[in-house]
Amino acid sequence: MRRVVVTGLGMVTPLGCGVEPTWKRILNGESGARRIESFDVSDLQTKIACVVPRGDGSNGSFNADQWMEPKDQRKVDDFIIFGMAAAKQALDDANWHPESEEDKCATGTMIGSGIGGLNGIADTAILLKERGPRRVSPFFIPGRLINLASGYVSIEHGLKGPNHSVVTACSTGAHAIGDAARLIALGDADVMVSGGAESPISRIGIAGFNAARALSTGFNETPEKASRPYDKDRDGFVMGEGAGVVVLEELDHARRRGARIYAEVIGYGLSGDAYHITSPSPDGDGGFRSMSAALKRAGLTPSDLDYINAHGTSTPLGDEIELGAVERLLGNAASKVAMSSTKSSTGHLLGAAGAIEAIFAILAIRDNVVPPTINLDNPSVQTAIDLVPHTAKKREINVVLSNSFGFGGTNASVIIRRLAD
Amino acid sequence: MSDIGERVKKIVVEHLGVEPEKVVDNASFIDDLGADSLDTVELVMAFEEEFGCEIPDDAAETILTVGDATKFLEKNAKS
Repeated sequence: MRRVVVTGLGMVTPLGCGVEPTWKRILNGESGARRIESFDVSDLQTKIACVVPRGDGSNGSFNADQWMEPKDQRKVDDFIIFGMAAAKQALDDANWHPESEEDKCATGTMIGSGIGGLNGIADTAILLKERGPRRVSPFFIPGRLINLASGYVSIEHGLKGPNHSVVTACSTGAHAIGDAARLIALGDADVMVSGGAESPISRIGIAGFNAARALSTGFNETPEKASRPYDKDRDGFVMGEGAGVVVLEELDHARRRGARIYAEVIGYGLSGDAYHITSPSPDGDGGFRSMSAALKRAGLTPSDLDYINAHGTSTPLGDEIELGAVERLLGNAASKVAMSSTKSSTGHLLGAAGAIEAIFAILAIRDNVVPPTINLDNPSVQTAIDLVPHTAKKREINVVLSNSFGFGGTNASVIIRRLAD
Repeated sequence: MSDIGERVKKIVVEHLGVEPEKVVDNASFIDDLGADSLDTVELVMAFEEEFGCEIPDDAAETILTVGDATKFLEKNAKS
């Protein structure tokens, strides 16, 4: 099969707009969590979230006007605007702006979302009830559909290859990158713009995840402490928003045009828990099988891994189940592998999480540094694995595995390696 | 330009994101102002909202330019 490399990165996260502003704050051990100010939280159990910092675009702030015409912003939910921003950054970073018909047709999009336009659906349902069907906008449907992040990006950049999208809850970003890499490996495209985008922070989003007992509720006064994977005081995830997009490219295609190559996507594994709609299987077997499948595809053994970017959402059940699965996978190699959860800083971006975390995995390889798990004051279990509490750690990193697990019992693992001939 | 004409112009500028000077009476929403078929549906809804009247589909189909909209609304506006 053809080899697939990463040549462009882009992101919008609660830590900032752009890869470098976000990565710098991750390595500084900062948190993107804050009190929600955009809607009434007085009757919600959770009053905090990891919110993208809006601003004029300076100092890493997100200015939607830089990424989409104001007249078009009105038509869509924020996940599409975040996706447009991350895709533009990634394409610019890759210096890939196809102009010939051949190049356009060889370039596709696969940007997913876990939920899509939740805000717009909620608002329009109220409008329909209060004022009737004639007031529903013609942009209601196309501005909420999950695959319209891919659709808008395809139209904006003239990408005429595969135009696809993924919806697998919190595994979306990882599945999108893995599936897009396969389209390239199998020859359906030479370049794919791939990742995830999410904008779930809304009254209905918080209320829904609160009802499922998934969100942190005990840190409303100290939001930056709320996302604390593996810590004994963790009490749920902190909702985040944003997007992560990578440009994936066939190796020879990238070499021919002299593109900078960040790393190679060498492994991808998928599995189902077949257990419960929201709870992971207690034995962690689903995660274990997706990681094992990714290693098999990569032709590696567990001891080849240097760093694991964990799913690690800071829920009481999930963190330890994943840790158990990783310990089972690593066996005697556990003590030589570092594993951290960058969700401690970014919160949980749901369908975008796997994409931004794949980018953190790539940056860990680029910079030979492991991002920290912040707020890990007292681990709830003992483990030989270095969970990298509080502060980033320099170490040689060549092979990284990134895990993403989602509601519905869906699991994805992606393995990325420093490019070797 | 009439008061209704000014209000029509304001809505068109806002919804289509075009320069105000391009919004002249004989400007076609689709050919001159870059609207697509969904934009024109939304424009008609915005006119209905602003002028408190209902624009039936067969009437909406005849509103192709800024001037068409102004003329229709000068006859039918309720607010």
